[in-house]
Amino acid sequence: MKTYDAIVVGAGHNGLTTAAFLAKAGLDVVCVEKNDYIGGAAVSRNLHEDWIYSNCSYVCSLLRPEIFRALELHRHDLQVTPFGGSLTFMQNGDYYGSYHDPDVAYRERARFSRRDADAYERYRSDTMRQCRIIRDFLLSTPPDPTSFRPKDLLGLMQVGRKFLEVGEDRIYESIRFWTMSVAEYLDEYFETDVIKAAMSGSGIIGTALGIHSPGTAYVLLHHYMGDVDGNVGSWGFARGGMGAVSNAIAGAFRSYGGELRTEAGVDKIIVRNGRAQGVGLENGDELAADIIVSAMDVKRTFLNCMDSSDLDEKFRTRIENFKIRGSSGKLNIALDGLPTFPALPAGNSLMISDMHFIDSMERMERAYDDWKAGTWSRDPYIDMVMPTTVDPTMAPPGKHFMSCFIQYCPHKLEGRDWTDPEREAFAQTVIDQIANYSPDFKDLIVHYEVRTPADIEAEIGITEGNIFHGELTMDQLLFNRPVPGYAQYRAPVAGLYLCGSSTHPGGGVMAAPGANAAREILADLKRPNTVPENFGDD
Amino acid sequence: MTDGYDAIVVGAGHNGLVCSALLAKAGKKVLVLEANERVGGAAITREFADGYAVSACAHLLYQLQPKVRKELGLSLRLAGGAMQTVALSPDRQHVRYAGDAVSGVANADVRSYRQFHGQMARFANLLNTHLNSAPPRLGTRHYSDLAKLARLGFDLRRLGRDEMRTFLRLIGINIHDEVTERFENPLLRGALSLDAVLGTHLGPRSPNTIMTYLYRLAAGHGRLSAPQGGMGSLAEELAQAARGAGVTIRTGMPVKRIIVENGRVAGVETNSGERFESMTVVSNADPKRTIMELVGTRHVETGFTRRINNIRMRGNAAKLHLALERLPAFAGLAKAEYGDRLVVAPDEHYVERAFNPAKYGESSPQPVMEITFPSVRDPALAPGGKHVMSCIVQYAPYALAGGWTDAAREAFTRACIETMGRYAPDLESCVTATELLTPVDIEREFHITGGHWHHGELALDQFMFVRPVCGAAQYRMPLDGLYLCGAGAHPGGGISGAAGRNAAMFILKEQSA
Repeated sequence: MKTYDAIVVGAGHNGLTTAAFLAKAGLDVVCVEKNDYIGGAAVSRNLHEDWIYSNCSYVCSLLRPEIFRALELHRHDLQVTPFGGSLTFMQNGDYYGSYHDPDVAYRERARFSRRDADAYERYRSDTMRQCRIIRDFLLSTPPDPTSFRPKDLLGLMQVGRKFLEVGEDRIYESIRFWTMSVAEYLDEYFETDVIKAAMSGSGIIGTALGIHSPGTAYVLLHHYMGDVDGNVGSWGFARGGMGAVSNAIAGAFRSYGGELRTEAGVDKIIVRNGRAQGVGLENGDELAADIIVSAMDVKRTFLNCMDSSDLDEKFRTRIENFKIRGSSGKLNIALDGLPTFPALPAGNSLMISDMHFIDSMERMERAYDDWKAGTWSRDPYIDMVMPTTVDPTMAPPGKHFMSCFIQYCPHKLEGRDWTDPEREAFAQTVIDQIANYSPDFKDLIVHYEVRTPADIEAEIGITEGNIFHGELTMDQLLFNRPVPGYAQYRAPVAGLYLCGSSTHPGGGVMAAPGANAAREILADLKRPNTVPENFGDD
Repeated sequence: MTDGYDAIVVGAGHNGLVCSALLAKAGKKVLVLEANERVGGAAITREFADGYAVSACAHLLYQLQPKVRKELGLSLRLAGGAMQTVALSPDRQHVRYAGDAVSGVANADVRSYRQFHGQMARFANLLNTHLNSAPPRLGTRHYSDLAKLARLGFDLRRLGRDEMRTFLRLIGINIHDEVTERFENPLLRGALSLDAVLGTHLGPRSPNTIMTYLYRLAAGHGRLSAPQGGMGSLAEELAQAARGAGVTIRTGMPVKRIIVENGRVAGVETNSGERFESMTVVSNADPKRTIMELVGTRHVETGFTRRINNIRMRGNAAKLHLALERLPAFAGLAKAEYGDRLVVAPDEHYVERAFNPAKYGESSPQPVMEITFPSVRDPALAPGGKHVMSCIVQYAPYALAGGWTDAAREAFTRACIETMGRYAPDLESCVTATELLTPVDIEREFHITGGHWHHGELALDQFMFVRPVCGAAQYRMPLDGLYLCGAGAHPGGGISGAAGRNAAMFILKEQSA
C-alpha cells in the first residue's frame, strides 16, 4: 500500500486546486477521481461527433485571478475570452439588451424608462460596493465567532474593522443588502418589469429560492464578483470549454509532481484512533496518508463515505440538515448552424451574449412556485449561451454548441425519481420556450443532452446535483458554511479536511475553497504559506 | 396658537399612549391628538353588528412587554385563563399546544416540541432584551453604542458555543425547514408555520421566518390571552394611566400636518385648522404617513425620502368578524376549547400554497386562519346566548389585482367560511352578519399605510439597526424635534408597547443630555 503525504478526493476544480497548492509546497499528493475524466463539474465533454460540450458549468468569471497567477495557469493553456452583455426576449416581440458599452446600455434602458436608465448608475455603484466587501473575504478563512482563540478573535476584529470603516450608512446598507430579496432590492431602483426580470435571474441561479425570497440579493454577488482581465463583473468563456480550467489546474498539479488517478472512486475514508488515515477505493485498494482532503460535498463526504461511528452525533445531525437542493438542470445542444432570432436587429452585438426568455417578475416567481410543488418550471428561467460564437474550437466549422441552464428543476418529481419520458418532456419545455423566439431553432438541433439534478448527481456525485454544493443562504454562508463551527476547512476528525464548494465562499468555478483549504493545511503542517490570501492585504 | 406643550404625540394607538404616559410621568407636559373618536388605534373594541362587539384589529394579547405593564401599573383584567392553540384537523384528530406541551401527536413529536420550544424560548429571551431599548448605531465610536454592541456580543456568547452556533444559523433560516426537520405531525408543522408568518408577507419557505417566530415569542413565550372587554379595554386602561400622569388626550382631532419652522419641528396643525405648539413631536403614525404626508418631503433630504418610500408595508392579513346565532359545531372540539385559539393550517405546504397567490396580487382561495370566539370567554361581547367569531385570515393582499371590490370581498369571505366549513359544517347556518376588514379597510379605519399591522414588514432588512430605515433606528427622525414611537420603529408591531416605551426612554435621555 502506497503512502502519500496527502490524498485529495475528487478531481473537480477545487480538489485540483488544493492538490496543486499542496504539491507546490513540496508534499507528495495524489488526487483520486471516480470518473474516467477529471474536472468534476468543470468539464469539456465530447458527447456528439466533433462537438465539445461544457456540459455542467458553462461560463467563467469567478476564478480568482490570484490563483490563476499563483498556479501559472496561462502556462497550461487556459485562455478566457470575455463576451458581452445579455439579452432578454419579450413576449410582445421586443427585446431588452444589456450592453457592455455604458452609453449604448443607457440608451437601451431609456427606451423603456428614462428613470431606470438614470437609476442604473446608482444601482451599479451600490452593488459593486457590496461586491468589493465580499471580494475581500473570498480568499480567506472565516473566523469562528464562537471561539476565543487569538486567531479567531483577531479575525473577528479584522472583519469588524473592515465593516466599521466603511461608515455608518454603508453598514446599514450592507445589512439590508445581505438580508433582502433580489426582487425588493431591484424594486428600490427600477420600475420596468423586463429590466428587473433580466437582472433578477442572477439572484436565483442555482438556488432553491424565488426572487422574492429574502437573502437572494446576496446571491447576485456570486454572479457579479468575478472578473475577466481585471474587469469586475464581466464574464468569459474558457477556450475549449470549461474543462480547460480543470485541465490547466491539473497541468499545474502535475508539473509540481502530483499524481492523478481517475476511475478511482472512494468508497470510504478510513479513520483509525480518531484520525483519518487513508481512503478505501471502490476497487478495494487502499491508499494511506496523514492528510485526507475531500472535494466532495459535505453530505457525500460524511454521510456516504464515513462510518457514522467516526462522527459525533450532533455534527452528523448538522450535516444531515445541511441544505443542498437540486433546483437547476441543463440542456446541452449541438446545432447545425446559428439559430436566428427575428426580434433582434441584424448585426446586433448581442448575438454573442447570455440570452433569457422571461420578461416579467411574475413569471420569474411562478417558475419557483412550480419547483416548490415538486415539478420543473413550465415556464422556466433559461440562461442560454452559445460559446461557439467566440470559441470556434468547440464545434465543427459553422456549427454551434448551445448551453442552456434551467431554473427550476427539482431533484425528484413530487418525491419520486424521474422517468425517461419526463426527462424528455422537461427538455421539450426548454426547447419550446427557445423556439418561441427562434423559428429555425428546432430544425438546427443535431443532438442534445438532458441533465436533471438527478443526472448531475449520478454522474458528478454532487448530492441532489446542487451546483453550489449547498444553498447559498445566510444560514450557510461565511462562518456558517458548511455548518457552524466547522467553517475553517477542518472536519471534526483529525487529518480530514474539506475543500469543496460546501465550504466558504461557496460554489461557482472560483477555486477559492480549494485554495483556502490548502492554506489551512499548510498552516497545520507548520509550512510556509504559498497560497494567495486577500484579507488584510490592504 | 395655543399654549405650548413639551411634547405632542400624534395618534393614540397603544404605543402613542404608552409613550405619552411615560413622558408625562417624567414631568413633561404632553398632548395626544387622535384622529378617531376613540383611543387605541388598532387596539380597539367596537360593534360590527347590532349588539355584537369585537376587537376590531388585534384580538389576542401575547406580546405586551412586562416592563410596560409594570411601569404603568396596568391591572390588565383578562378574560379567562391561559389559552391553548388547537390546530384543526378535518378528521377530528386535532393537535393542541400551549407553552412547551403538545398533545395529539406521537411521543417523538412531544419530545421534539419540548426541545424546540425550550430552545426558541431561550433565543426569544435573548432577542427580547434587545427589543426593549433603542438599537445601537453602528460604526460610531460613542460609548453607549459600543456598550450596547458589546452587550449583544456578550449575550450571544453567554448562550454557550453550541447554542450560539445554532442561533447564528437559525436567525436567517425559514420555519419550513425547521419544522420539517423536527416534526412528524403535519398539523403541528402547519400551525407553527402559521405562527411564524402571521401578519407578514412571507410564506413558511421564505427565509427569516424563524426570526418572525422568535419575535412572536419574545415578550411572553407565546402565552396567549385576551383582555376582558376586548383589546379596547387595554387601550382604555393605557389612556387612563396616561391621563393619570397628566397627559391631555384629545380625540376626533386628525392631525393635518406637522409644522416645520426654521428647519425644525414647531408643532402640529389639525384638520380643523387648530395649531398646537411644541418643539417635540412624536408620531405614532407609520413612518410613510409621518414623513410623506404629515411632514412633507420638502423638509427632509431626498435620500431619506427614498428610503421611506421603499419601506415595504403592504398588509396581507385581513380580519373577518362573524355574528353567530349559536356556536357552530366544530367536529372533535370540546366545549371549553371554543375559548381557545383555533388555527386552520393543516400542513406547511398548505400555508405556502395559500401564500403563493398573494405574490401576484390575488387572495388565497384556501386561506390560513386564526380563529377565536371572544364571546365564549367574555359573554358581554354578544347578545345573550349568541356569539362572535373573530378571525385573522391570510392571505389578502393590500394591492389586490382589480381592487377590493364588493365582489372580491364577497368571494374572499365565502372562501373563509367554506374553509372553516370543512371543520364545522353548520357554520354557515349560524352566521347572521359578517364584516371583512381587508388591509385597505384597515388602512382607512386605522390610518396605517398599506394596512400592515407592523407598520412595515417585519423582515431582517427592516429590523433592528435598519428599522424603519437606515440611519433612523433610534426613534429620532432626521428633522430636529421629530420622533417616531409606533410599530414602524424598532422593534415592530404587535400589542407590545415596546416601541412606545423605547421612544419615551430615548427622548427623555436625549433631552436631559
